[in-house]
Amino acid sequence: METLNTDISNYRNLLKHYIEIRDEQSLYGAEQLSKAFIKDNVPPEEIINLHIQALSELYPDIPEYLQYSMNFLLEIMISYGVAHQEFQTLREEQSELKSEIAVAANMQDTLLATTEPDVDGLDIGVISVPAHQMSGDYYHFVMGEDGSFGIAVADVIGKGIPAALCMSMIKYSMDSLPKATMSPKTILKNLNRVVERNVDASMFITMFYTQYIPAESKIRYSSAGHEPGFYYNARSKTFEEIKTKGLVLGVSPDADYREYERTIYKDDMIILLTDGVTECRQGDRFIETEEVLEVIGQYTDLPAQEMVNKVYKHFERMQNFRFRDDFTLIVLRKEV
Amino acid sequence: MNLKIDVAEGNGKSVVKLSGEIDAYTAPQLKEKLLPLTNREGHRTEVNLENVHYMDSTGLGIFISALKSTKENDSEMRLVDLQDRVLRLFRITGLDEIITIDTAIRGGNEQ
Repeated sequence: METLNTDISNYRNLLKHYIEIRDEQSLYGAEQLSKAFIKDNVPPEEIINLHIQALSELYPDIPEYLQYSMNFLLEIMISYGVAHQEFQTLREEQSELKSEIAVAANMQDTLLATTEPDVDGLDIGVISVPAHQMSGDYYHFVMGEDGSFGIAVADVIGKGIPAALCMSMIKYSMDSLPKATMSPKTILKNLNRVVERNVDASMFITMFYTQYIPAESKIRYSSAGHEPGFYYNARSKTFEEIKTKGLVLGVSPDADYREYERTIYKDDMIILLTDGVTECRQGDRFIETEEVLEVIGQYTDLPAQEMVNKVYKHFERMQNFRFRDDFTLIVLRKEV
Repeated sequence: MNLKIDVAEGNGKSVVKLSGEIDAYTAPQLKEKLLPLTNREGHRTEVNLENVHYMDSTGLGIFISALKSTKENDSEMRLVDLQDRVLRLFRITGLDEIITIDTAIRGGNEQ
């Protein structure tokens, strides 16, 4: 297809052809010309101007009123042209922002990367999928010097960039905590102070911190207002909500956290999640906790990673592949 | 889904009746109406959530801001008539222990 010239002679010829013959071909020509105008960023008033010129070249004696009316139309189109120009600018800005966010999302991945450790006797499965480009969910693994293994799961209120920035702060505070103070309640208390000092009044973070102590087959955990996880008892094949109390991070500077402890046995599982899992919707309806457990229950025979993948796929399908919130699910299974 | 906000005033007390959903889209409207009330010194504000069937963490954020503003301005805020789903959110986050929530009015709710 030839690219059309948007100059006056071309417009005039097409117009003449149309006025004289009015065939399909000249209409097609007009369509192509219109696309060429858009491509060349020709403002609408310019096109009217072209029309006026072509018309007076073709018909030097067009009636005065028609000429005036065309000038009138030209005036009318000027603001429209300005709006069109603004739209163009916005479109360019939007594409710049998009690529900046893509870079930021990439950076977030690098900054927040945590290596899934190889812990003897523990089968670990993790899935964390952001609803938008940047995630407000966060998980972090810490190997303690005493052989303990810490897992943090957190959710920043809100989504997108502010949430992501806040996450980076948490990650670096956690990294700077001395390994010796790795008791869950101390970690939450320390983080709470950092968050309280540094974030806006309406912002907060929920976090669940678990520590696995292999030598004692025990887990210790504390929660800062985080969505409760579940404990799977392999002998009775039942789930139980992990009940905790504790205020979200960032609201009160002197919040204290309670620490809980429990012994776990072979094949028992700890299931940690964020509210992206429990706030799944099916149409207008929210799914109930029992349904979440039912889905998880179907896959308990699988290795932990396959299990979380299957559960994610299930909810993805159920919500037509569109999550409203970030989705994070972690499964820890005691193997011995 | 929208959020409808009705404010009735009288006797140094405001009653804010909410209906709809409180999420990232509607939360700014709530903030705009609620914060000027809690910012008034000594003022009492009652927020009725009977017709709020969904609230997300952005909504909690607004109530936290409002709570902080009551502390700074010596004012009061009380939440009443919460749906179970919404109440659960305040319980999980531990906010029920620092925000005054009146659950006694609604039948069938735990205390």
